[in-house]
Amino acid sequence: MASYSTNEFKGGLKIMLDGDPCSIIENEFVKPGKGQAFNRVKIRNLKTGRVLEKTFKSGESVEGADVHETDMQYLYNDGEFWYFMDPESFEQVSADSAAVSESSKWLKEQDLCMVTLWNGTPIIVEPPKFVVLSVSDTDPGLKGDTSGSGGKPATLETGAVVRVPLFVQIGESIKVDTRTGEYVSRAKDE
Amino acid sequence: MSQLDQWRPSASLGMMRRRARLLREIREFFWRAGVLEVETPVCSRFAATDPAIDSFKTRYTGPQAAQGLPLYLQTSPEFPMKRLLCADSGPIYQICKVFREGELGDRHNPEFTLLEWYRPGFDHHKLMQEVAELVNLLSDEVLPVERLSYAEAFQQNLKVDPHNATIEQLRAAAIDHGLPGIEDLVLDRDGWLNLLLSHLIEPGLGQQKMTFLYDYPASQAALARVSGDSPAVAERFELYISGVEIANGFHELDDSAEQQRRFEKDNNQRFEAGRPAVPMDEWLLQALEQGLPACAGVALGVDRLMMVLTGSDNIRDVISFDLDRA
Repeated sequence: MASYSTNEFKGGLKIMLDGDPCSIIENEFVKPGKGQAFNRVKIRNLKTGRVLEKTFKSGESVEGADVHETDMQYLYNDGEFWYFMDPESFEQVSADSAAVSESSKWLKEQDLCMVTLWNGTPIIVEPPKFVVLSVSDTDPGLKGDTSGSGGKPATLETGAVVRVPLFVQIGESIKVDTRTGEYVSRAKDE
Repeated sequence: MSQLDQWRPSASLGMMRRRARLLREIREFFWRAGVLEVETPVCSRFAATDPAIDSFKTRYTGPQAAQGLPLYLQTSPEFPMKRLLCADSGPIYQICKVFREGELGDRHNPEFTLLEWYRPGFDHHKLMQEVAELVNLLSDEVLPVERLSYAEAFQQNLKVDPHNATIEQLRAAAIDHGLPGIEDLVLDRDGWLNLLLSHLIEPGLGQQKMTFLYDYPASQAALARVSGDSPAVAERFELYISGVEIANGFHELDDSAEQQRRFEKDNNQRFEAGRPAVPMDEWLLQALEQGLPACAGVALGVDRLMMVLTGSDNIRDVISFDLDRA
């Protein structure tokens, strides 16, 4: 993998830090008129998601990280791993629970997800921004009450729980915004 | 910034008017003070040897130089201005463009404007007074003046003695004061001092006032005289306003042999750091042998001053076209 000098630092550049792949968020050049120049860098650790700061001597080089993002189709979960397929090459990869993390509750078979690969292995799985999932359980007794104060909880086919309006019933499909975890609308039957 | 807007200036028209007024007021100040305005070559056979500063290099080819004459763009007009002083110019000032390779950021543009002036008969303390007078003339509000020695600044902020602390103590101070992500940094002593100063001390300097930092470690003398021995300090100062370094001044070194030693030391450091050695200004050395009148000199960043006077946080806002549009 190529290495990058501090002069190549910019937002989005992927580098290796302490053995983990990281993405540069911000890069600030600090230099006294007479004296050592520094690059003060804000970095996201792509494995843990944590943001950290790091100070480099200007001109130093850092190893690049072989990280790229690609759209992949979610196939299935075997209890331990989640399997994804590149829709063009049909190549499959398996993601562990650390990579899938909170996204697991939105994953529906066939959906296209954004998968971040490091050396070919998934480290981040992002679900589609909107998913359509069917309601597997919700309190039916509230039908008819349309005053709609706060809605009610509904459990979806993937196990996610979202608040839905009172009129939503078991077996219906709804559209959910995965970034906020909020109900958007009822989905037309496909 | 879209591609279509790139022809437009990065500074507003109001900012350019403010800048023009500032330049006029600087010239009036020196006219009244009897300081002569001079111009010196931007391109020179010689370069700044300072290990932390890199020059742009160019070449003249033509009559009298068929094979090409390598030339360096000035990083400051210091050397030719000192040659003028050695030739009995008396007090002089210059407003000029200077060029520094490898410097670009919110407070850096590779070409920028320096105001540099020299006062025979002044020491660095007297010159600090004149800098303060000028800045208060240019500023819309009068700023109180604070003078702080380099040692006091480190003592107050970090409880560290910058003249005697070891590298390990300086490193520990940086970590204790929460400087993030420095565990792997390998720096020499001056490198750690620069890190502490620029990251932990500078941001607090010159808040609603002018702060002059003076008496730098002898190892950071650059072209300043060194005096005293417990500890030896460089008779050098810097001005900070709103946490921004604005000016750097010296009680000027006038010893030709010592100047040559520093040039050679700089070039050795450049060599060790894997940077090219550069030709030292032999004509400056000859001029110093002839005799530099005892004097103090200062270089003030005009763009930086504009930034703090107008509350701008990016240098591009105070220059007509920054590097992106140059």
